[in-house]
Amino acid sequence: MIGNFPFVTVIILIGLGIYSLLFKKNLIKIAIGLTLIESGVNLFLIALGFRKEAVAPIYTQAPEGVKMVLPTPQALCLTSIVIGVATTALVLSIVMIIYQRYGTINTDEIRRLRG
Amino acid sequence: MSSILMHAPALVIALPLLAAFVTPILGRFNRKTISWLASFTLGLTLLLTIFIAKQVLTNGPIVYVFGGTEIGLTLPFGYSMPIRIIFQIDAMGIFMGLITAVVAFLAAIYSISYMEQHTGLDKYYTLLLLLATSMFGMELTGDIFNFFVFFEIASISSVALVAFRSTISGEPAEAGLKYMVVSSISALMVLFAIGLFYGQYDALNIATIASVMQFTQLDKIALILLVTVLSMKAGSVPMHMWTPDAYSEAPAAITMVLVAASQASLYALFRITFSLYNVTLNTITVGWIIIILGVLSMFIGVTMAIIQSDIKRLMAYHAISQTGYMLLGVGVGLAVLTNPAALESYGIKAMEGGIFHIMNHAMYKGLLFLTAGSLFYRTGTRDLNRMGGLAHNMAYTATFFIIGAAAIAGIPPFNGFASKLIIYESVYQFNPLLSIIAMLVSILTLASFVKVFHSAFLGPQLEHYKSVQEVPKSMVLAMATLACIIVFFGLFPELIVKHIVHPAVMALIDQARYTATILGGI
Repeated sequence: MIGNFPFVTVIILIGLGIYSLLFKKNLIKIAIGLTLIESGVNLFLIALGFRKEAVAPIYTQAPEGVKMVLPTPQALCLTSIVIGVATTALVLSIVMIIYQRYGTINTDEIRRLRG
Repeated sequence: MSSILMHAPALVIALPLLAAFVTPILGRFNRKTISWLASFTLGLTLLLTIFIAKQVLTNGPIVYVFGGTEIGLTLPFGYSMPIRIIFQIDAMGIFMGLITAVVAFLAAIYSISYMEQHTGLDKYYTLLLLLATSMFGMELTGDIFNFFVFFEIASISSVALVAFRSTISGEPAEAGLKYMVVSSISALMVLFAIGLFYGQYDALNIATIASVMQFTQLDKIALILLVTVLSMKAGSVPMHMWTPDAYSEAPAAITMVLVAASQASLYALFRITFSLYNVTLNTITVGWIIIILGVLSMFIGVTMAIIQSDIKRLMAYHAISQTGYMLLGVGVGLAVLTNPAALESYGIKAMEGGIFHIMNHAMYKGLLFLTAGSLFYRTGTRDLNRMGGLAHNMAYTATFFIIGAAAIAGIPPFNGFASKLIIYESVYQFNPLLSIIAMLVSILTLASFVKVFHSAFLGPQLEHYKSVQEVPKSMVLAMATLACIIVFFGLFPELIVKHIVHPAVMALIDQARYTATILGGI
């Protein structure tokens, strides 16, 4: 059961992220929701590669007969973090432009496009 | 020369990517040349794509291993699964690649005049080239994580392009934000699904995962996530709310590329259901889900389009509606995948119609968006109620609009008729009702475009549009090329279906061949 704890955290993080996307009116909070989902997915990838009592997967440094963690999910996660930074920066800069043009970041008032 | 062309799959990605980052440097010295550089690079990419297509269609699928000792060696040192990033190009992938190449090239040509007055052009072309790169990547890759990376690049660059005009007003930024939120969630859910696959099968290569697919509970969750988010990115009902905003607020040339980008997501949806899952999934249920998504998209898209008065918004709703035809055609093929007799008699035909419609839609919807862009370029408005009598001043644009509108409404001898007829015929054998809905939607489409043509082009010349002239040459050239392709496809549909579309459909259906290309042995 305790082994599944990271995955429960993943579900909670993604759930919180989706909640704030759906129910929050503030664009900054929507951006935070996106980063929450992203953290959840990253945690999921990292948790996949975890092994108990294992060391970092560096062959020349690892002692004989010790298990190593799986490096691929970490590489995937690293890529995903880098992409996530770009996404967050873009979302926040668009929010900035919207604030300049509309004078508000409340989604109820930013509704010029409809129909 | 031949040794360079061996690397054509890598060059298709590398050339636009390199040009994307040369553009801002060049823009510092000479502002005029960057548009030509972008057009030249995308033209070269188009030639490379045609070269690859010729090879794929004559010699079978191409495999390109990045960083390997040998290009085609997927399993070095006796490995049982590939570990490097592999580009796996079969007839379906290169079919989409051709569409992307044509559309991106013409968008660059059109932009030469269309975007001339704008500032920040170096960024515009950088983003356009990045978008083209990422679409090629999505369509050619055989590695699912690599797909995710290109998917994110496509999202980021297309969002920035949608919001490109936000220096003038707030609406583009609003549309951009909606698109960004949708794209980010899609990409993250794709990544989550990749995690689910990797956790179970220790593989990221699509062919490898497909060969060991068990269809466990986790695979079902991954399937639900992938189908939902990819159809959302493809702009199908009920997740279509971003489409009209993003399509109408982006510059016209970009809208054309966005249509192709949505189709790249549609391609990914077909790739996932056919090449990754294939017969392991419950094809009847998933096929019917895709059919229902398609029918809803067709109907809701067209009914929403009729009431629009913004010309690009109207066309964007038609784009949703036309996506429905593709989903319908391919969905029917998926629903009868396990039934060889039905697949033989009408399943393959329906898929041919759906896949052919992807190419036709990219061409005529691209042409229509370009004509809308031309109207906007000369009149400065997208509001149909304020236009009128423009056929007097813009004869070429009016002609191209007629060609595009006739094609989208399915009137012979244009290409829309060719693919729609295949869909009607084959879907009728599957379920007559679906075919009747498809025809009804086509009639409504015609009605809506008659309205657009009437209010924009017909009628007496308006006083304030007396001085309006025809658009510049580069814009006419881009539209004329698309119009020629439309007429050509409309006149010789069986040629295209036989040589390009049929191999693409067979590449989708035949999962064993897809996995054997990577893993060897049949």
